[in-house]
Amino acid sequence: MEKEQNNILEEVTQGDYKYGFYTDIEMDTAPMGLSEDTVRFISAKKNEPEWLLEFRLKAYRHWLTLTEPNWAHLHHAPINYQDIIFYAAPKRKKELTSLDEVDPDLLDTFNKLGISLEEQKRLSGVAVDAVIDSVSVKTTFTETLSKYGIIFCSFSEAVQNHPDLVRQYLATVVPATDNFFAALNSAVFSDGSFCYIPKGVRCPIELSTYFRINAANTGQFERTLIVADEGAYVSYMEGCTAPMRDENQLHAAIVEIIAMKDAEVKYSTVQNWYPGDKNGLGGVYNFVTKRGMCKGSHSKISWTQVETGSAITWKYPSVVLMGDYSVGEFYSVAVTNNFQQADTGTKMMHLGKNTRSTIISKGISAGQSNNSYRGLVKIIKRAENSRNYSQCDSLLLGDKCGAHTFPYIKAENHSSIIEHEATTSKISDDQLFYCNQRGISTESAIGLIVNGYAKEVLQHLPMEFAVEAQKLLAISLEGSVG
Amino acid sequence: MLSIKNLSASINGKEILKGVNLEVKAGEVHAIMGPNGTGKSTLAYVIAGRQGYEVTSGEIIFNGRNLLELSTEERACEGIFLGFQYPVEIPGVSITNFLRTAMNEQRKYHGLDPIPAKEFLSKMEEKKKMLELQDKLTNRSVNEGFSGGEKKKNEIFQMAMLEPMLAILDETDSGLDIDALRIVATGVNKLRRPDNATVVITHYQRLLDYIVPDVVHVLFDGRIVKSGGKEMALELEEKGYEWIKSQL
Repeated sequence: MEKEQNNILEEVTQGDYKYGFYTDIEMDTAPMGLSEDTVRFISAKKNEPEWLLEFRLKAYRHWLTLTEPNWAHLHHAPINYQDIIFYAAPKRKKELTSLDEVDPDLLDTFNKLGISLEEQKRLSGVAVDAVIDSVSVKTTFTETLSKYGIIFCSFSEAVQNHPDLVRQYLATVVPATDNFFAALNSAVFSDGSFCYIPKGVRCPIELSTYFRINAANTGQFERTLIVADEGAYVSYMEGCTAPMRDENQLHAAIVEIIAMKDAEVKYSTVQNWYPGDKNGLGGVYNFVTKRGMCKGSHSKISWTQVETGSAITWKYPSVVLMGDYSVGEFYSVAVTNNFQQADTGTKMMHLGKNTRSTIISKGISAGQSNNSYRGLVKIIKRAENSRNYSQCDSLLLGDKCGAHTFPYIKAENHSSIIEHEATTSKISDDQLFYCNQRGISTESAIGLIVNGYAKEVLQHLPMEFAVEAQKLLAISLEGSVG
Repeated sequence: MLSIKNLSASINGKEILKGVNLEVKAGEVHAIMGPNGTGKSTLAYVIAGRQGYEVTSGEIIFNGRNLLELSTEERACEGIFLGFQYPVEIPGVSITNFLRTAMNEQRKYHGLDPIPAKEFLSKMEEKKKMLELQDKLTNRSVNEGFSGGEKKKNEIFQMAMLEPMLAILDETDSGLDIDALRIVATGVNKLRRPDNATVVITHYQRLLDYIVPDVVHVLFDGRIVKSGGKEMALELEEKGYEWIKSQL
């Protein structure tokens, strides 16, 4: 009976990737490999102004001087950057004015993912900027938003239509020289989203973008820039799934958020890229730089993430609390299964006085995976009366996985308060027996217990995302259950 | 309804049950008494199908089915309910969500559709009222931060919601003050029907002032050594378990 229990646990924690399908769309691709020519090719392809090409070239030259960071608790084969296609765009026959003109295969892909643009458009009141392999396919609701003066479009469009805004804010939070992957992204970023909320405007709908990696050997270099001007508010959601691939795919995105005085930005992610198979073969390498800047006083930036995918996750959504009384939040659930590795956490940099930050991190490890929380809370001398509360919990399923916590704390004044709590727990046999005795199967019980464990984080997600995330947690760990 | 014949079971190679015989008919309430460590909880766990217990001989037939061939959750779906001596905490899972999941899994087992939300909620209201439970209880996480009394009341509430054929209540009276005991007992009595049965495990006679059993058994050293009517419980209380020992 004990053996049977172990078998069930093993079975339910070794699910195959549910979204493993591949859309065959003609691609317009850059030659393989990375050189100044590649950078120029991408910039030319996108018809970019001279200053942006210069920005890219500078980043590329700087990148050449850097080496991959190796401090994370991650292990992978070396990445050959000459073996990657740095730009791929679905071939467009003409400008799209309605969904009817979108490639039917593409629409089919969305349908499999349960993301029908039509339905989204009609029912949910959510503007969707669907990014498939680098080029924004369709942006909806732009008209509604423009009534409020809100700009929400693909990054490429923003470069064409709002070059001054882009130039003013680009790389002000994550400089091109920030780190190896940020430099790489700055050199070759293909597309992404741009969002600007003007002074005093409360964005009336949740903004959302679905990213999807969809071409063999195609690195993904998305770039997102969100600016909330004084007193503005926006809730932004990003969700992603990717089809099954045997080769490892590299993803190095940048997300920058700027919140001016009294502004608030809520950024939510559900990340479900292909994690590799049961034996650790394939899967996405996800090296992402996400950072927000609370520039003005009383501003607030909140990150909520549910990370279930990718073979390797290297990701630390951070907040620079520059303005006095500004607030930074980080809510995270990271699930690793089979041979997945995640090194994720946050940095809260308290620069302003009376700044506050909250960190709630929930790691769930199963299979033979490794799940690390890495966080930095730094309070500088002038950031008097600042506060941080951190809670890092780890949940283990089975006895072959690992959970690690690397919290760094640096406080340079005496008036600030920092609290840190950490727990490690297992799903106990008692809990499973209790659920089984009520008629709940072991698979459902694990889903139930894991969702309960992650509730503190899930409740920060926008409603429709929360439902999706709950399903995803169950799927990631249950697998055999559809 | 329940027929246990010559049941022996061990844990980690240690024999705990040494040939238990027990017959429970529909509509009956049985009490199993006995000192600590004689196998009362083991008997409950073996009937419910807890892992780690090895049945070395005997059989358990429940409504014509061989229970020993069924998994824990299948037994639950067949109508076996165990009221836990130490109910388990499940942080972040509300009682409402827990019970709805349990109920729907049981319905699925019987080929039924999930219970409509409205029906579920009104059923919950009805049972809460019956057991005089606070409104907020069902929004709380399962047993998390519950007092001993609240945990036991929650067990009875789950029993009321799931409407089992056979409820086994393992030391439901332990850790209860008189008021909580009364509520638990009233619940059990109200849930009593001609087509269901209850086995109450206890080592005090106290609970039996409120739940009147049809049959009282004494479990001692892995065997049922004596069975009798409700008056036997009183005799036990008066004379102590030494009396049983001296008779063996």
